[in-house]
Amino acid sequence: MRLPSRLRHSPMAWVTAVMLASLVALALAGPLVWGAAADRPDPSAVLQGPSAAHPFGTDGLGRDLLARVLAATRPSLLLALAAVLLGAGSGILVGACTAVLGRRGRRLTAGLTNLLLAFPALLVAMFLAVVFGAGAAGAVLALAAAGVPGFARLAQTLAAGVAGTDHLAAARVLGLRRHRLLWRHVLPNIAEPLLLSTTTAAGTTLVALSGLSFLGLGVQPPGYDWGLLLSQGLDRIYAEPLPALAPGLAVLYAALAFQMLGEVLAGSVARRAPASRTPAPAPGPGCGPAEDGAVLQVEDLTVDLPTPGGTIRPVRGVSLSLRPGEAVGLVGESGSGKSLTALAVADLLPHDARVSWRTLRLLGADLATLAPRERDRHLATGLAMIFQNPASALNPSLRIGTQLTEAVRAHRGASRARAAVEAADALRRVGLPPALLRARPHQLSGGQRQRVMIASGLMVRPGLIIADEPTTALDVTVQRQITRLLTGIRRDTSAALLFISHDIALVRDVCERVLVMYAGTVVESLPAGRLADGARHPYTRALAASVPDLAADRDRPLPTIEGAPPDPSAPAPGCPFEPRCPRRQDLCAEQSPPLQDLGAGHQVACWLPVPVTAAPESVTSS
Amino acid sequence: MSVPQLLRHPWTLFLGRRTVRLLLSLLLVLTASFAMIRLVPGDPVRAALGVDAAPDLVAARRHALGLDAPFLSQYRHYLGGLLHGDLGTSLVTGTPVVELIRTRLPATLEIAGLAFVVTLAVALPGGLLAAVRTRDGRRPRTELAFTTVTAALAGVPDFVLAAGLTALLAVGLQWLPVAGAAGVGSFVLPVLALSLAPTAVLLRIVRVEALKVLGEDYLRTARSKRLSPARRYLWHVAPNTATAALTVAGSLLPALIAGTVLVEKVFAWPGIGSAMAQSVVAQDYPVVQAMVLVLGTTVLLAGLLVDVLLAVIDPRSAIREM
Repeated sequence: MRLPSRLRHSPMAWVTAVMLASLVALALAGPLVWGAAADRPDPSAVLQGPSAAHPFGTDGLGRDLLARVLAATRPSLLLALAAVLLGAGSGILVGACTAVLGRRGRRLTAGLTNLLLAFPALLVAMFLAVVFGAGAAGAVLALAAAGVPGFARLAQTLAAGVAGTDHLAAARVLGLRRHRLLWRHVLPNIAEPLLLSTTTAAGTTLVALSGLSFLGLGVQPPGYDWGLLLSQGLDRIYAEPLPALAPGLAVLYAALAFQMLGEVLAGSVARRAPASRTPAPAPGPGCGPAEDGAVLQVEDLTVDLPTPGGTIRPVRGVSLSLRPGEAVGLVGESGSGKSLTALAVADLLPHDARVSWRTLRLLGADLATLAPRERDRHLATGLAMIFQNPASALNPSLRIGTQLTEAVRAHRGASRARAAVEAADALRRVGLPPALLRARPHQLSGGQRQRVMIASGLMVRPGLIIADEPTTALDVTVQRQITRLLTGIRRDTSAALLFISHDIALVRDVCERVLVMYAGTVVESLPAGRLADGARHPYTRALAASVPDLAADRDRPLPTIEGAPPDPSAPAPGCPFEPRCPRRQDLCAEQSPPLQDLGAGHQVACWLPVPVTAAPESVTSS
Repeated sequence: MSVPQLLRHPWTLFLGRRTVRLLLSLLLVLTASFAMIRLVPGDPVRAALGVDAAPDLVAARRHALGLDAPFLSQYRHYLGGLLHGDLGTSLVTGTPVVELIRTRLPATLEIAGLAFVVTLAVALPGGLLAAVRTRDGRRPRTELAFTTVTAALAGVPDFVLAAGLTALLAVGLQWLPVAGAAGVGSFVLPVLALSLAPTAVLLRIVRVEALKVLGEDYLRTARSKRLSPARRYLWHVAPNTATAALTVAGSLLPALIAGTVLVEKVFAWPGIGSAMAQSVVAQDYPVVQAMVLVLGTTVLLAGLLVDVLLAVIDPRSAIREM
């Protein structure tokens, strides 16, 4: 097994190595150095407490207990290792053999191992140790046999994975014999996890063996191991705790050494590379002037996210505002920062994200100045979020009614009965029967779940609904129903809608105004009706051209945008679209173009906007 | 519901399969406990009565145990005896084994049950708390400390801990009784010794499961509702970790029950385990045989209980097993 280099820097790995090395050294040297003292009876010093001559005291024959504990390292470790190797070896062989057996043989062995695994290994080992006869050999055999089903099952599971792979099938086709399949193809492929389990099992086997000796089923006098010493020490624990504690601590030490070895090999304790953190950019100095009557007013929103490769800035200076009842679309490729913009507004970004803004007002209130509790209430009741995947956005273990009512109960102080009535109304509003309040999410279809999410948003009577790709996970007919529902709700409640989508045709249908995002910035903002032919940014043009319509020539491929968006971890100066832009000039690569107002609600960030098409067609929008 | 519908009902199928498995395992335990006394090396009766025992006494005992009859009729006799509540008599004390079980089983069930309850009571909230504190890579030092400490505690053998606790709290500080079952205080050390390692294992599992749930989309929905942390974690996270946590807890139960044998010996707890430990030393095989039977059956019934409980809490777990 190859150790990852980070293990060399893990203090846990070093501690483990030192513990194991000390055990090995004791097992090698123990009997040579302390063996004589451990076996020398001294009738004049029977059952003594700790003294200078005998730090741990003496036993019933006056033998030095410290020497006995140290010398017992070898038998304790050797017997445990013998048991685990024997058990693991036979178990793995049994389990791996099933991989090359036929179906019936596989089911039979699997059934038998499952039956045996219902019993704790320690109990099986005790039973077998009695049957085999008390003694070191019997205990080792018993523990080995008790470990077989566990290893067999593990090997079986692992080998089943190998058995399904192509190269074993190929080897079978080649007509390789079963035992060759086993040695050449099955065992080598499952060696690593098995080695790991054997390591962990070495620790538990050592403990179990000590347990058997402790019960009188293992090592018999005049031999001794830690378990037997513990048993002998326990008889006089009232007078002297040390004779019982010392062998107990030895068992503990060895068990922990193996346990930690397993942990270190599994890599779960290895220290993780700490996430690089950058100082948070200072939050905006005060808030810009409030725009009259805006539901949402965002200026210069920037998001920084730490990643393993360094901090990236997926949202760079985004500004947007929505009036009551207005529907604004936010379009762009995935990774353009549109979802992160929405999450930043709703304060739902990952905790290590850093957000800054010049202005962030929701329903007139500056979010930066609100106390946390007020802010929570303001966000919860002013803003409703609808997410992309309705299948996972609802909690599988809570009833729909609970999920609909909890926000109003928490933030508007609605009574249970009042909230239930409102929830039934909300379900009716989205076209679902109120009986669904008692249902759980898994009983609903995808479209129904998204309706429930919308109903949940309606419950708080929000001023703003942010819908983040609300129809992407649904099929086309359901998509239409959901977008129509959102449009109806907007008309009826005068809530503003921020509709995020990569589907430009959908946005054109639903929204009045469209913001086009590219690489974390807004590159164009224009009335939805002008998307088809009035766009001035080359990127918006390319996006619009990639949407098929009824007039498109079906024999010609749809135009696509060559190249890929810029790498967010290596920002370059200049316009982010420059590398992919057909109209690029020298200036584009040097300076990033500002968003300039073209009048008539149209803004574009481009040094060289596409000229307006001569005759603007009338645009149909539903 | 009609009869064929009832037969195809997931619950019928689940209980049916589970019962078959239980019966097969029970048969295994019965056969193993029957075979034990016939498989031990040497003559078990002479071993128990001593080398000097009179030959006719040994023969009489052998006859009383039915050891001189043909094998199959012995097996029939054994099963028949079990059905009538006859588990044989102790070779050493001559008392009926059933009597021994009746007086000792409750004591074992008490400490094993209590230890299991303590394990759940500590590990479920503790693991959740640890997950909340270390979610999304928060507090990496706490996380390292948590994983290291629980890994170490999970490796502490119960009987070694029992001896250590006795030395420290009972003999050293004299806060608690050293041995025996007398009063509430006497439960503390055995239950602590039995529950520490399973608690540590379960703590880790619950934390990992809760971290998984914390990363789910529906937790983002809960966050967008600005619910209180208590509501978010107890209502939205905890129920979704229950199935996995209980499955693992159930798999820890057999080892916990087996551990009573060693722990009871340390504390001289008057249960099944210490009876087994004593009779092993005395080579009183009819008693050992019965104790193996009782412990094995207890493990099987506890497993059945956990599985049914899981199926009630999460019907999907019953269907998964099909």
